[in-house]
Amino acid sequence: MTANREIAVGQEVIGQSVPRLEDAALLRGKARFLDDLHAPGQLHAAFLRSPVAHAHLRSVDTSVSRAMPGVRAVLTLSDLRPSLTADRIPLQFRNNGLPEAITPFVLANTELLFVGEAIAIVVADSRAEAEDAVDAITLDLEDLPPVADVRDGLATTAPRACLDRANTYRDFELSYGDADSAFGDAPCTFQLSIKQHRGAAHPIEGRGILAVPDPLQDRLKVWSSTQLSHEARYFLSLMLGLDETQIDVAVPDVGGGFGAKYLVYPEEIAVAAAARQLGQPVKWVEDRREHFLSAIQERDQYWTIEVAADTDGRLLAIRGQMIHDAGAYIPQGINLAYNAATALPGPYVLPAYQLSVTVAATNKVPTIPVRGAGYPEGTFAMERALDGIAERLKLDRAEVRRRNLIPGDKMPYKTPMVSRSGAAIVYDSGDFPAIFAQALEAVDYPGFEARRTAAAAKGRRLGLGVGCGIKGTGRGPYESATVRVGRSGQVTVHTGAMPMGQGVKTVLAQVCAEQLGLAATDIKVICGDTTTVPVGLGGFASRQTVVAGSSVFRAASDVRQQILVAAAALLETDIDQITLNGGFVACPGTNCRFSLRDVAEIAAGSPGYALPPGVWPGLEATVNHIPEGLTYGMGAHAVEVEIDTDTGLVTLLRYVVVNDCGRAINPKLVIGQLHGAVVHGIGNALFEFMGFDAQAQPTTTTFADYLLPTAPEIPRIEAIIAEYPTPTNPLGVKGVGESGCLPVAAVIMSAIEQAAGLRYGQLCSIPLAPPDLIAALDAARG
Amino acid sequence: MKPGPFRYHAPRALEEAIGLLSEYGNAKLLAGGQSLMAMLNLRYVMPDDVIDINGLPDLAGISVTDDLIEIGSMTRQRVIEHDAALMRAAPIFRDALTHVGHLQTRNRGTIGGSLCHLDPAAELVALCMLYDATLTVSGKAGERRLPMAEFPAFYMTPSLMPDEILTRITLPRWTEKHGHGFVEFARRHGDFAIIAVGVLLALDRAGNVARCAIVIGGAGAAPLRLKSAEALLIGQRPDPDILAQASATAREIDAMDDNAYSADYRRHLAGVLTGRALRQAVECAA
Amino acid sequence: MTHTAETLHTVTLTVNGAERSAQCTARWSLADFLRHELGLTGTHLGCEHGVCGACTVLVDGKSVRGCLMMAVQANGAEVRTIEGLARDDGPLSALQKAFADHHAVQCGFCTPGILMTLVEVLGDTPDIDEREMREALSGNICRCTGYQNIVDAAMAAAKACR
Repeated sequence: MTANREIAVGQEVIGQSVPRLEDAALLRGKARFLDDLHAPGQLHAAFLRSPVAHAHLRSVDTSVSRAMPGVRAVLTLSDLRPSLTADRIPLQFRNNGLPEAITPFVLANTELLFVGEAIAIVVADSRAEAEDAVDAITLDLEDLPPVADVRDGLATTAPRACLDRANTYRDFELSYGDADSAFGDAPCTFQLSIKQHRGAAHPIEGRGILAVPDPLQDRLKVWSSTQLSHEARYFLSLMLGLDETQIDVAVPDVGGGFGAKYLVYPEEIAVAAAARQLGQPVKWVEDRREHFLSAIQERDQYWTIEVAADTDGRLLAIRGQMIHDAGAYIPQGINLAYNAATALPGPYVLPAYQLSVTVAATNKVPTIPVRGAGYPEGTFAMERALDGIAERLKLDRAEVRRRNLIPGDKMPYKTPMVSRSGAAIVYDSGDFPAIFAQALEAVDYPGFEARRTAAAAKGRRLGLGVGCGIKGTGRGPYESATVRVGRSGQVTVHTGAMPMGQGVKTVLAQVCAEQLGLAATDIKVICGDTTTVPVGLGGFASRQTVVAGSSVFRAASDVRQQILVAAAALLETDIDQITLNGGFVACPGTNCRFSLRDVAEIAAGSPGYALPPGVWPGLEATVNHIPEGLTYGMGAHAVEVEIDTDTGLVTLLRYVVVNDCGRAINPKLVIGQLHGAVVHGIGNALFEFMGFDAQAQPTTTTFADYLLPTAPEIPRIEAIIAEYPTPTNPLGVKGVGESGCLPVAAVIMSAIEQAAGLRYGQLCSIPLAPPDLIAALDAARG
Repeated sequence: MKPGPFRYHAPRALEEAIGLLSEYGNAKLLAGGQSLMAMLNLRYVMPDDVIDINGLPDLAGISVTDDLIEIGSMTRQRVIEHDAALMRAAPIFRDALTHVGHLQTRNRGTIGGSLCHLDPAAELVALCMLYDATLTVSGKAGERRLPMAEFPAFYMTPSLMPDEILTRITLPRWTEKHGHGFVEFARRHGDFAIIAVGVLLALDRAGNVARCAIVIGGAGAAPLRLKSAEALLIGQRPDPDILAQASATAREIDAMDDNAYSADYRRHLAGVLTGRALRQAVECAA
Repeated sequence: MTHTAETLHTVTLTVNGAERSAQCTARWSLADFLRHELGLTGTHLGCEHGVCGACTVLVDGKSVRGCLMMAVQANGAEVRTIEGLARDDGPLSALQKAFADHHAVQCGFCTPGILMTLVEVLGDTPDIDEREMREALSGNICRCTGYQNIVDAAMAAAKACR
């Protein structure tokens, strides 16, 4: 604690772009990521993975590999069974209406369902030796026909992706209003066939786990690079037959997550079980090829929708079908498909909507949400529909959006839909037309035609695209926070929130600091350590500032009150006479002041003596804030592109994003989230493609083949914060981790269509590679 | 993702390296390592012996004389990029090298490594083909020289005996005033080209094409010279029509299909980029 | 499966100004050696096939992929890593500070490789423009930041170098 600081801090912490608490360690190379941890005696794991997409696994011969140098164990499912309570990991997150036996095995049983599925774990003195032994395992396989394309798998004659079950996991329908009657006499109707592909998450740090057994106490300590430490502890305890007192999960610095680490994977269970069997620490660090083969992806959705609009371009109804490729297993429900379906209406008035969704199997790695979580797909479908209306009615694309956006005076706006929890989807605050207008102004929409003409005179082909998206953020049901002033005077925040690069610690420190009259740097934030945080949900759904921030805010307010009560005893005055600032309580106008440490000492009590009246033991409060539903942050995007009609190259010239974050705790960090999300969207629009061949064999398993955007491909991004505080949480904040990626692909396609002279709403398959644009241009020329 | 086990050898003399190569059956020669190390890490190749020639004397260096450019096989790409004499003698190297990988890979990667790895889209391979380079290789039987055109045996495989090491690349200079053009198309900066085209072109006093060389990389198993277009252009005034005719011949080449790009798209690009490279070269030659 | 017998090599190099020595087998990459033999875990591995650039370190003043060089090849070399950019007890270097000031770090996993690349770039070409800077950074992948703040921080640091 800084002594004797006189500067006024506290009331101005929120809203300031204070420096990140995380940066110094990261910039000095002193941060601790999973593979930086070293447990004495630690061994290294590698996995033998399925080389084929679908086969009977008749036998696994590990005899040669067991005898290799440095090898400590080679374990298959049957070898691990003594340490496991079940072969399969239970469905993560409750979900009704799904069939049985759809979740992944800890290690493959008798049927291999995708390339990359873990079959055996090798534990050795080094990773290299473990990989040597993996190469020496032989498999006896009987090939089975794979389902490589989710649509093909729905044919009555199709092979089964898994012999024990049908290829459809679940059909559901989302419906409100009377779509069929709306189509009856609609003046403008058309159909769109949309193919959407989103690849894998690809944090630059892969997954990883270090399991350290303590045979003396029959305990297990686990470090995992995860987005959900408490769920990890729960599933590890469930699978290993331990209770919570026997297992702790801590999370070191996490090198990005983006959804890939929001799951308890087979590898984590297998590593922990192997460590317990061997009685020695075992570490597994996912390499990039394993991330391509075995970390979750989002992959493919096929939408066929019909759109009905009136002569003014106002939407009347949308109806259709969507097929979602869920992959070989369902590890955590069907929220990705559900989100995509409910995201379609977005910030627009859609009077009637009916979508039949089929969630079906392929022999590919399972799909769960990646940054954006289905919202980009729903948004893409809607934005393409609006461009289709503009095309058919010869209306300006921005005007079509203005006519359909939910008016500002309709807030809060109750949509006819419910979220997966069953609660109504209510847009809580924001002025959508105003946000949209702000984006148009920032990109100088009215001036674009002149820019385009001037460029055309020099032989350059420019296009502009605009669009909107809205993301539900701050998903519950709760997040935990304990705020404590220790006897040293150190203020700590303990929370189940899980940072993976966003600056969560800084933001939570800011929220706490403001309440306690401190600077953010005065606060220590401990995240997701199950030894000090009893409950928590972790990092997902753009929720941490919203939910954990609210918990911290309320807990810190409570602690502030406790400090004032104890200080009143020290200063022998009334609470309302006391100031709390810079680490001191004081009585203005007197020389009387005490440090937080002094106050903590009073609240700590002295053996045998009574606490002063009203003083509660310890300066500490825990709040597990329960948000009232989701809070929705709307964004408007605009992009200018240039195309090369000879090569198909698309060059992004500038990008504008305006996004409502409710209230910016740290504006610089908000902007940073928007930049990153937009570029993720650019990857989905133009670069990232996870290829598989007809045998469902992955064809893009390196960063040379799977194209993540790099700096030269990215334009300047003008990110603008809009602040429409939400009434649904005490801070007024909305999440911004994902919303920036929602309409990116749609606005880029729209801009390309303008530049290329194609029909608006025509480019409905993403990612769009240069040959695809050449093909579209050729087709347009006839 | 760790390499399989191998023995490491760091010979100090060329003869020693050749001896090791002939002694070990499953050996790999390690130059800059910017392809081989990745392939080792991925276990795409599993040699028993790796012979590191980074310590050999005299294999690195550039000399430019009145009519020849000589580049030692272990010369780093980054050194080539910054060699003032070479850039004056063959400025197309600068244009091509900006497309070769990234700063970090050019710092290690060598011209000899690039030639022997023989990626179909590698820029330096294409330039050697463009210049009709002569390659000097050493083996048990002594030294021999072979023309670049004969160097690619088949896909990503040079015509070298198992005991042979590429030591030197000799490029005949274009001593007459000439122009150059180098254009390539890749999705991201520094990626291997989908198609790359290099052109050298000299005009006579009347402004007609006196000499011309065109190379296309990325289309087939090895870069190919567009001889038909070269012949077509000789003696012609390089007006838009004839350049268009020349680039149209690039649309007729044999091209490969892969998961990402069709042969048709490659041919289409070859035509487009040949036109662009020719225009650059003509402008530069004038 | 026959197995090649591995021998241990002693690797002695200068890292961030101090001579260090350790043993490893030939297949150890320079990055793994720095991380696991010398305990310099600031250098990260993101792909191990030479594309992402997270493992970039300086060898004899030149930026290289730490995953595409064997540790034995660095015997006798002068190596610089992220840990050498500022003294543990001292202030951040101007480049590091620019990254903090511009919010050029999110998860920070790719950051060490980017900083080491920039040490070379700013030393060679402090008058670099933004387009060239983006190309200079093309060998480093960042999934979090969208690059803009990295580019801005690098340009600010370049300006300070001039």
